[in-house]
Amino acid sequence: MEYLPNIVFAVLLLSGVLFFARNIGKIRRNIALGKDLEISDSKKERLKNLLMIALGQSKLVSRPVSGLLHIVVYLGFIIINIEVLEIIIDGLLGTHRILSGIGQAYGLLIGAFEILAVLVLLAVVVFWWRRNVQRIARFLNPEMKGWPKQDANLILYFEVVLMVLFLVMNATDVTFQEMNSGNVISQFIATWFSGFSESTLHMIERVAWWVHIGGILIFLNYLYYSKHLHILLAFPNVYYGAVNPKGQLDNMDAVTKEVKLMLDPNANPYATSSEDPHAIPDKFGASDATDLNWLQLLNAYSCTECGRCTSECPANQTGKLLSPRKIMMDTRDRIQDIGANIDANNGSFKDDGKQLLGDYISTEELWACTSCNACVEACPISINPLSIIMDMRRYLVMEQSAAPVELNNMMGNIENNGAPWPYNQMDRLNWSKNN
Amino acid sequence: MSEALQVPTMAEFQQQGKQPEVLFWVGCAGSFDDRAKKITKAFVKLLNKAGVEFAVLGTEESCTGDPAKRSGNEFLFQMQAMTNIEVMNAYSVKKVVTACPHCFNTLKNEYPSLGGNYEVMHHTQFLKSLLEEGRLTVEKGQFKGKRITFHDPCYLGRANNVYEAPRLLLEKLDAELVEMKRSRKNGLCCGAGGAQMFKEAESGQKEINIERTEEALDTAANIIAAGCPFCNTMMTDGVKNKEKEAQVQVMDVAEMIAQAADL
Repeated sequence: MEYLPNIVFAVLLLSGVLFFARNIGKIRRNIALGKDLEISDSKKERLKNLLMIALGQSKLVSRPVSGLLHIVVYLGFIIINIEVLEIIIDGLLGTHRILSGIGQAYGLLIGAFEILAVLVLLAVVVFWWRRNVQRIARFLNPEMKGWPKQDANLILYFEVVLMVLFLVMNATDVTFQEMNSGNVISQFIATWFSGFSESTLHMIERVAWWVHIGGILIFLNYLYYSKHLHILLAFPNVYYGAVNPKGQLDNMDAVTKEVKLMLDPNANPYATSSEDPHAIPDKFGASDATDLNWLQLLNAYSCTECGRCTSECPANQTGKLLSPRKIMMDTRDRIQDIGANIDANNGSFKDDGKQLLGDYISTEELWACTSCNACVEACPISINPLSIIMDMRRYLVMEQSAAPVELNNMMGNIENNGAPWPYNQMDRLNWSKNN
Repeated sequence: MSEALQVPTMAEFQQQGKQPEVLFWVGCAGSFDDRAKKITKAFVKLLNKAGVEFAVLGTEESCTGDPAKRSGNEFLFQMQAMTNIEVMNAYSVKKVVTACPHCFNTLKNEYPSLGGNYEVMHHTQFLKSLLEEGRLTVEKGQFKGKRITFHDPCYLGRANNVYEAPRLLLEKLDAELVEMKRSRKNGLCCGAGGAQMFKEAESGQKEINIERTEEALDTAANIIAAGCPFCNTMMTDGVKNKEKEAQVQVMDVAEMIAQAADL
């Protein structure tokens, strides 16, 4: 029985980690349902982006209040996790504060954790205030109703509980308080417990310790069901994010092949079709989440629904239906639905009569975009909603000829006379003649 | 003012066995839109004044394909692109300048992988380089004391990180340059990009160009400076809608420099 706590701890830890790993495996699988995309260029620049944008949070501070508060929570999260390391070792070995053996540095470390814990608590309270009392516009768009709103608040409650437990655990730890090193905050909390007997204190400390680590494991597993995955996925997402000028749209290779055939008078139209069975895709553009590439799906899983994109979107600001954040949320919802469908049908997708286009994202949203890149610029972690919008427009136009009628006229003009308006190409130089 | 414009074509240069310094890509708006044609002429006057040996493609020029690409018609875009590239490569074009940020973006970023590799400049960048080389001077006086606000075209600014060239030119006019609430990388779109120029907007509470025009009017500027024929149209419409056309002008940067030099 002596080792019962160690065993319970090991089982708890293992099942928490394994369950999480299983769900991460699902996300990997779902992302891999996307189309191939080779990204092996510009390693240096990508590394720089990773350091600056992801680790350094450089784009977050363009909005100073939320940016700085986020940095506090981010630092708190990373640094306080060193404490989790100690908790895990203690839990497995049955030791108590095993790292306290390192001497004075331990006090400094725990002192820093305690101060950060308080700062995180304050930041989280402000975050909650901004969402629920101040009611900042970007948290109130239609796509934020229901679960997304609840999800955001739940994450904040989790953080409050975890930070409070951490401080209570320290405050009720009699030996730690007697060390009187590093208890910069908890010594004051300890006074609230001054009337308690040592055994009661010990019991509170143990409960706080167990609930704290249990809470961390629950929070870890909650990530999969929430928008909070960005704490892991933001890093690969930024690394693989675009390094080209924002104005540059990809040129579709499959189309290049076709156009070259059309323009080459010597081409044998029958020759290529047998050579390369993958030369022509089964579909131009995207009508479902699996038509998107893996980076676009990674983008969708990385989105934390902050809404900076939507609040910068000119279409959204002027009351149009388009919200870049909703494009990302819909894409994630759809690829999740597809993944769940595959799981429920023994590994193969069973047609559910739905697709991303129409059932999740409407054409009205897609046609409202001005391709101005404000959403791309606004995203703190290099998500590109515009690329999804463009791929879906490609499907609408190239597969369905379903562009708005004025755009069809415009394209007809380009085809016939090389300009979006019905002017004769032979008149192109007329401007220079009649001064 | 009366001096006729010198607008040689690539074909004429080739006939003489010569190569121009730069190809001026006029673009569809610059060729056909009445308002944009004035910008084209102003820019040509500046090129003539600076003694730049430039040429246009004239009737051999065709739409870059940008509005088709942004509408989703990749086929039409690539057809246009490859045809244009064939023409430009046949003339051994090395350097291109254009007064349209949409043409600029497409030529600079989307033509290379289709075989069209050129040094592409926006006309404000080109004018800036003429200034630095001492080939062009900006006359002061006419715009002295005027308040000017520059509207960043999305396809010049955010899309390609060109923010300073147009501002530097405006500063040379000795005018008072004021920034809108949202500028440079945070600049608000005029509403024309992504082929919106050619269609009605989806239903909403407001037109985007009105939103942007209000922001420009908030600066109390006398002139809204633009660097894109489509932004120019959108902002001009916005100013008319606000019935401010008597007080506020919308002008291209090149037009202002040409006017200051009394060209």
